[in-house]
Amino acid sequence: MSIRERLSGNEAVATAMKQIDPDVFAAFPITPSTEIPQYFAQYVADGKVGTEFVTVDSEHSSMSACIGAESAGCRAITATSSAGLAYMYEVLYVAASARQPVTLACVNRALTGPININCDHSDSMGARDAGWIQIYAENNQEAYDNYLQAMRIGEHPEVRLPVMICQDGFITSHGVENILLEETEAVKEFVGEYKPENYLLKKENPMAVGAYDVTQYYMEHKVQQAEAMKNAKQVILDVAADFEAKFGRKYGFFEEYQMEDAEYAIVLIGSTAGTCKVAIDKLRAEGHKVGLVKIRVFRPFPAEELAQALSKCKAVAVLDRSEGFNACGGPLGAETRNACYDLENRPKIINIVYGLGGRDCAVEDAEKIYHHLEKIVATGVTGPVYFHMGQRDLREEVL
Amino acid sequence: MNNMTEIRWHGRGGQGAKTACLLLADAAFTAGKFVQGFPEYGPERMGAPITAYNRISEERCNIHSNIYNPDYVVVVDETLLHGVDVTAGLNPAGAIVVNTPKAPEEIRPLLRGYAGRVCTVDARSISEKTLGRYFPNTPMLAAIVKVSGVLDEAQFVADMQASFEHKFATKPQVVAGNMAALTMTMKEVREG
Repeated sequence: MSIRERLSGNEAVATAMKQIDPDVFAAFPITPSTEIPQYFAQYVADGKVGTEFVTVDSEHSSMSACIGAESAGCRAITATSSAGLAYMYEVLYVAASARQPVTLACVNRALTGPININCDHSDSMGARDAGWIQIYAENNQEAYDNYLQAMRIGEHPEVRLPVMICQDGFITSHGVENILLEETEAVKEFVGEYKPENYLLKKENPMAVGAYDVTQYYMEHKVQQAEAMKNAKQVILDVAADFEAKFGRKYGFFEEYQMEDAEYAIVLIGSTAGTCKVAIDKLRAEGHKVGLVKIRVFRPFPAEELAQALSKCKAVAVLDRSEGFNACGGPLGAETRNACYDLENRPKIINIVYGLGGRDCAVEDAEKIYHHLEKIVATGVTGPVYFHMGQRDLREEVL
Repeated sequence: MNNMTEIRWHGRGGQGAKTACLLLADAAFTAGKFVQGFPEYGPERMGAPITAYNRISEERCNIHSNIYNPDYVVVVDETLLHGVDVTAGLNPAGAIVVNTPKAPEEIRPLLRGYAGRVCTVDARSISEKTLGRYFPNTPMLAAIVKVSGVLDEAQFVADMQASFEHKFATKPQVVAGNMAALTMTMKEVREG
C-alpha cells in the first residue's frame, strides 16, 4: 500500500535513501541539496540506517570516497548541486570509466557566475558527457520514484555506470507537495541487494581499479563504456516496467502529454513541464493541437524514440534551462535537432533558452510559445531558431 | 483548475512567513487536499522582504511557477505595505489579511485601489497575550483559514491541536498557548 504524504523534493529523495539504506553516504553540503545529507545525518544519528556516513572536505572528496567504497564492493551515494558538481568534474569521469555505479542526487542550481543559488540545469548539463546516466524529475514524486529505480539501472551487469538523479533546485527541492511513498520493505525488495561480480577486496579474485591504460587498450575500454550507455536504454525500460508492475506509476524515456494528434510541441526537462501541461489544457479547450514531450532520461539520449514522437508535428520548440554558449543553442536543442535530422518530414524546430538562475516560467509564457509555433507554420517564416525568453533586456523579445 | 485556491504570503525574513505557509500546506494536506507550499528564495537575510506561496486544490497542482494572480494575500508585516505592491494581481473577489492593530478602513487607502475584502488582525497583541512573545505565524495562519474559508474551521482547529502536540512533543507547555492564539485570532479578525 502506498503511503499518502506531503514532502519537499529533498525530503522525498532523503526518504528513498533511508529506505534503501546504502552502505556509504559521502557528504559535503551545498545549497539547495544540503537538506539531503542533513536529513540523512539525522537518520544515521537516530539509528534508522546502517550506513557509514562519511563527512569529507569537498565534493571532489565525496565523489572520490564514493568511488573508493564502490570499488570495495559497497553501494555508495552522495548529493550535490552547482559548483559542488563542478568541483567533482574530474572524478565524475573516474566513476564512469571505472564502471562504479555511484548514485548521485543532483539538485539543479545555476553554475556560477554571477553567483546564484536558484534553479537552472547548467550544472548537470556541464557533466552530460562525463559518462553518467542522467534522469530528471518534474516533481517530488518523480524524484523519489527515479531514485528508487537508479541503482537497479546503474548496477545492472550490462550497464555498470553511475547514475545522476536530478530535480529542480528550490522549485521541487524546497516545495512541499503531496506524494505517494512506498513501504520500506517493498522498496528494499524492489531495489535488491548489491552483489557486484568483481570488486577490489574480493579475496578469491582481487582486482585493480583505476590503473593506467595504455594506448593499445584505452580505446577498447572507452568503446565498452559507450556500449554500456547504449545497453542502459533497455535496462531503463525494463526497470520502469517492473516499477510500474509493482507500484503502479508508469515511466519511460520521456513523458508524452497530449501528443497523439499534436501539431505543435514543446520539448523540455524538469518542473516547467507541469506549468506547460496547464497551458496545454487551456489551449486544447480552445481547439489548439498542442502537446509536450518531457524528457526524463537525458543520458542515454533517446534519439530515435524522440524523433518518432515528434514525427507528426509541424513545429517544435525545444526549451533549454541552460546556455550552450556555442552561438547556436542549448544542449537539449542540439540533441533534439540531431535526433530529428533523419526524419522524412522534419518539423520546424526552434530552441529557446529560459529560466536561467531561477527566472520564473509562467503558464502564459508556455502559451506564447505555442502561439509562436502556430505563427511559424501559418506564415512559413521560422525566424530566429535560437533565442532567449523572459529576459530583462532592451532587445525586442521574439515571442 | 477552477477549484484551486492560490495564496501569497508577504513577510520579512525571520518572522516565520515561510513556516506559516508550510503549516497551512500541512493543515490542508491533513484535510485531504492536494497542496503546494513553497518560498521564493532571494538573497535571504533577517528583515528582508520575502514571499511564500500556497496552492490548495482537490486535484494535484501540476503548475510550477510563482503565483501572480492570488485569491488571497497575507501580509505578516504591515511595514511592507509602503514598499511592496502586495495587492499586485490579487483577485477582487478574494481578500487581503494584514497583521496590524489598525482597522481595515485605515489600511485600505494603502492598498493602491484594491476593491476586494480587507481584513486585519493584531497578531502581535494576540501572540504576546497567548504565547508571551511575538510569533506572528500561528495567528496569521488562523487568520487566513478564517478569511479564505479554504478549510473547515472546526476540523482545522482539531487538526492543529494534533499537529502542535506532535511538533512540540518535547515542549508540551507551548501547545495550549498556540491553540489559544489560534482560536483568539479566529474570533478577532476584523473585516472591512
